[in-house]
Amino acid sequence: MSRYRIPGHGRVDHGAPVSFIFDGKTYQGLRGDTVASALLANGVHLMGRSFKYHRPRGTVTAGSEEPNALIGTSRGPGRFEPNTRATVQELRKGLVTESQNKWPRLSFDIGAINDRAYMLFSAGFYYKTFMWPKSFWDKVYEPFIRSAAGLGKSPTENDPDRYAARYLHTDLLIVGGGPAGIASALVAAKSGARVVLVDENPEMGGALLSDPSVMIDGAPAWEWLDTSLTELRAAGVRLMTRTTAIGYYHQNFVGLCERLTDHLDTPPADAPRERMWRVRADQVVLAQGALEKPLVFDGNDRPGVMLAGSAQTYLNRYGVRVGDNPAVLTCHDSAYHAAFDLADAGSRIAAIIDTRRDVRPDLTDAAAQRGIRVMQGHTATGTKGRLRIKSVRVNPVQDDAVGKPVEIACDALLMSGGWTPSLHLFSHTKGSLAWDADSNTFLPDRRTEACQIAGAGRGLWGFGPVLEDGVNAGLAAIEALSRSGNPRDLPVQNDRLGTGVSHTELPTDLSAGKAKAFVDFQNDVTAKDLRLAVREGMRSIEHVKRYTTNGMATDQGKMSNINGLMIAADALAKQPPQVGLTTFRPPYTPTSFGAFAGYLRGQTFQLTRTTPIDPWAEANGAVFEPVAQWRRGWYFPKPGEDMHAAVARECRATRASVGIFDASTLGKIEVAGPDAVEFMNRMYTNPWTKLAPGRCRYGLLLGEDGFIRDDGVIGRLSSDLFHVTTTTGGAARVLNMMEDYLQTEWPDLNVWLTSTTEQWATVALNGPNALALLKPLVEGVDWDDFPHMSVAECSVAGLPARLFRLSFTGEVGFEVNVPARHGLALWTALIEAGKPYDICPYGTEAMHVLRAEKGYIIVGQDTDGTVTPQDAGLDWAIGKAKPDFVGKRSLSRPDIVAKGRKQLVGLLTEDGSKLEEGAQIVLDPNQPLPMKMVGHVTSSYDSAALGHPIAMAVIEGGHDRMGEVVHIPMPDGVRRARITSTVFYDPTGERLKA
Amino acid sequence: MLLIHCPYCDETLPELEFAYAGEAHIARPVDPSALSDEEWRDFLFIRTNARGTHFERWRHIHGCARFFNAARDTVTDRFLVTYKAGESRPDLTVKESAE
Ligand SMILES: [Zn+2]
Repeated sequence: MSRYRIPGHGRVDHGAPVSFIFDGKTYQGLRGDTVASALLANGVHLMGRSFKYHRPRGTVTAGSEEPNALIGTSRGPGRFEPNTRATVQELRKGLVTESQNKWPRLSFDIGAINDRAYMLFSAGFYYKTFMWPKSFWDKVYEPFIRSAAGLGKSPTENDPDRYAARYLHTDLLIVGGGPAGIASALVAAKSGARVVLVDENPEMGGALLSDPSVMIDGAPAWEWLDTSLTELRAAGVRLMTRTTAIGYYHQNFVGLCERLTDHLDTPPADAPRERMWRVRADQVVLAQGALEKPLVFDGNDRPGVMLAGSAQTYLNRYGVRVGDNPAVLTCHDSAYHAAFDLADAGSRIAAIIDTRRDVRPDLTDAAAQRGIRVMQGHTATGTKGRLRIKSVRVNPVQDDAVGKPVEIACDALLMSGGWTPSLHLFSHTKGSLAWDADSNTFLPDRRTEACQIAGAGRGLWGFGPVLEDGVNAGLAAIEALSRSGNPRDLPVQNDRLGTGVSHTELPTDLSAGKAKAFVDFQNDVTAKDLRLAVREGMRSIEHVKRYTTNGMATDQGKMSNINGLMIAADALAKQPPQVGLTTFRPPYTPTSFGAFAGYLRGQTFQLTRTTPIDPWAEANGAVFEPVAQWRRGWYFPKPGEDMHAAVARECRATRASVGIFDASTLGKIEVAGPDAVEFMNRMYTNPWTKLAPGRCRYGLLLGEDGFIRDDGVIGRLSSDLFHVTTTTGGAARVLNMMEDYLQTEWPDLNVWLTSTTEQWATVALNGPNALALLKPLVEGVDWDDFPHMSVAECSVAGLPARLFRLSFTGEVGFEVNVPARHGLALWTALIEAGKPYDICPYGTEAMHVLRAEKGYIIVGQDTDGTVTPQDAGLDWAIGKAKPDFVGKRSLSRPDIVAKGRKQLVGLLTEDGSKLEEGAQIVLDPNQPLPMKMVGHVTSSYDSAALGHPIAMAVIEGGHDRMGEVVHIPMPDGVRRARITSTVFYDPTGERLKA
Repeated sequence: MLLIHCPYCDETLPELEFAYAGEAHIARPVDPSALSDEEWRDFLFIRTNARGTHFERWRHIHGCARFFNAARDTVTDRFLVTYKAGESRPDLTVKESAE
């Protein structure tokens, strides 16, 4: 056992040693240790290198606010995690950890040269240093920054762990299981309210765990803690430890992240690693306590320099003395108690250096009793020691004059710059803060949510006042819940009350310009950086923050915000509230992506919609592509075929005989009711009044702005019933738009809209033999009166069907709709009946080629939300005689009728090469850069039917440029292409009449 | 996540069930062809972009599917009131003084 561990002391299990690895070396700790406390027990302070200067760093804190001691942890394959705080990671058997930002090793680091090159890295270095010469960026600066900076290494494998998520509804959520939170819970639980108490630590108790010297309600602190927690459990309070309230959102919605397995030696096989709780609470009590501030002086980041309260935590909670002869540097009474506790535990306190001239006599007396020298009215002006502090340079200060220095030898320096209420969650709610000039800190002011703030979180100090405040917050919460409760007296003996003052940088006799006095340890921001930012013109604290990166690291400025503000305000010669505080944002502490994703990953990240025919496609070797949320058969390769060969074969077979295609994903909406035709007239550009039942028509839907939103063939089944089809991706949008007009603009119309997309399976047959194949299977259709663009309710292969005669290929075509449960039966019946015709299943790629050969557009591919019917060459689909329809007025807007709009045309390259979709088009390839781009390629395919590639494009004034040559600059040279009609194949439509 | 009161279901439900649908009380002109280009432009594109109380439309899309109106404070994100489509803009000054 190391001499730094005090046998029997603290809350760790002295009978349960746990071994772990840090940087390849095996160490022993105890059950209940964190990695940080176990390393300190082994005398190890050096735990990492800093982000920018690679300065050696040790742990500064004992909690989740730790900026320095960031380590990589590994729990086996795929389970590496960077930037874990050593102060939070609990020890477990076999834990493997490593330090970060070091090369080749922690004790000797090449990158520490950055420390000497300080000038390069001062405030705003991102914006200044690397600007010149420009050519150095790629080759010199960026590789250097990338190798030198950054926090930890990203994991390279998929996270194999499970993450869970749950909702929780409760009357009262209390955040923080310290004395204030426990006191609130005690009174609230008595009222019968449902109460949840959460704390980020492995056990409840908060500051009581770090400072057990007081007596509460007649019992020693830890005894009172046990009794109280037993009482809460008995009252049904839900106590959640290892649970961090990460964000506080509207209407008392609080996110909690619960860590379930990282502390276990052998987690159960299927146990989730973390669980995200989404809590809705009627009332919230925030009892988050306060965070200690560092003091800002040269060398305040040397390993061994840490917060006094944290040293007290290591001592009382973990039984670890952080040094044999620590010095204490403070401007607050609280650090005296850290010194006393350590002295009582056997450390020799080198000195208590207090910046204040006047200190409470009972504190100086207590120090004298222990033989501790107190140096009042002194400042610290430097530290020495390469990888661990060896001494601190101390000077007297008299009327702002800094006197001669003395060196005080020490192996640790415990600092306290006072305490900052932890207001992060309160700030998430946009609760306003008020500057308290007495304590030099912000306190919670106007609340926006149903919450109470209790204890040190609103600036109180001492267990007595905090407990009383917790009781009052609990009572206020239950009163707000319309319940009644009784006050509870929690008398405290031996309370350690205290006050302090606040500082910017500590005064020094040395050049302030040479001082490395850190404000933000994690981002390596010094006081000098902050002053430089102000000198260079930054006035708002938000600008200072971004220019220096102060408070922007993963600790969210928990330690640095107030010191940064005080220094910036001083430099601006303003009061801190005039400079303002930067915004705290969720999450409170770094949170794994897994916890946010929860169950929504892999197969459950987004649902995959499949059609009833999907199993056949899968069994027959389809290659799939995602379309909206659907999985669609892309092409059906035969053995040895690549995509190009398969698609060409599918296209040829369809044009030669018959192809079969699963069109079930088409959106379908039934428009029914006495006013259905009027509704259709108002929604779609086309005229519908004269469309007879049994006929169908291509429908074009515009937005009110006149741009194409959707299209599809629409069948009229009876005078009051339309079967509308939409694009696959547009189904929900179109229904939403229809409902919007029907509900809010034309509520007088008697119409019902029903989504039937998934009620029907749709199979398309196309090709010269489609009719011959289909005819014998159909009953109930009068073929003498069933021309192109007809629809009938009939039976196909013995199944009830809606049969459309239409074509998206230019061949004779049909779409057979049957109830979805019959989809697969229909498909297999058609495949069977098609064998004599060499029926060929084709996928979405062949469908795209076949339609492009005919110049049929795909909304969203050939249009982009700025294309009008005229632009797309679809003027013919507009019912010009109709008085009104959605978008009609916009078609005569000045911008829409102006010359030079981009219009849809065909393109054929002169060299017969295939163009790239999205490629930009220019008129003159010899013009200087940047060239004037007049349009882009929207569709491009190899056409088996034509024997050469074809393309569609939108080009400025394209309709008036027929036959002209345009140019498409590509990486391998400029292509020439001639503008043509979009109809490449069978322009007269002979094949439809076959 | 906000809680939103659907005036049709008369229930207060999570934001996930709802979809935003733009500014409220912008009626489509009865005869768009009678509007000048400028009037039509204003109808199409010009919105209030309020700082403070904003009258807007929501749809209870994963519930009753009805469109309704709401007054929401864009600074606090707080819903002041929701009401059925077709109802006129509520007088919020009266409501506030009554509280
Ligand atoms: Zn509803």
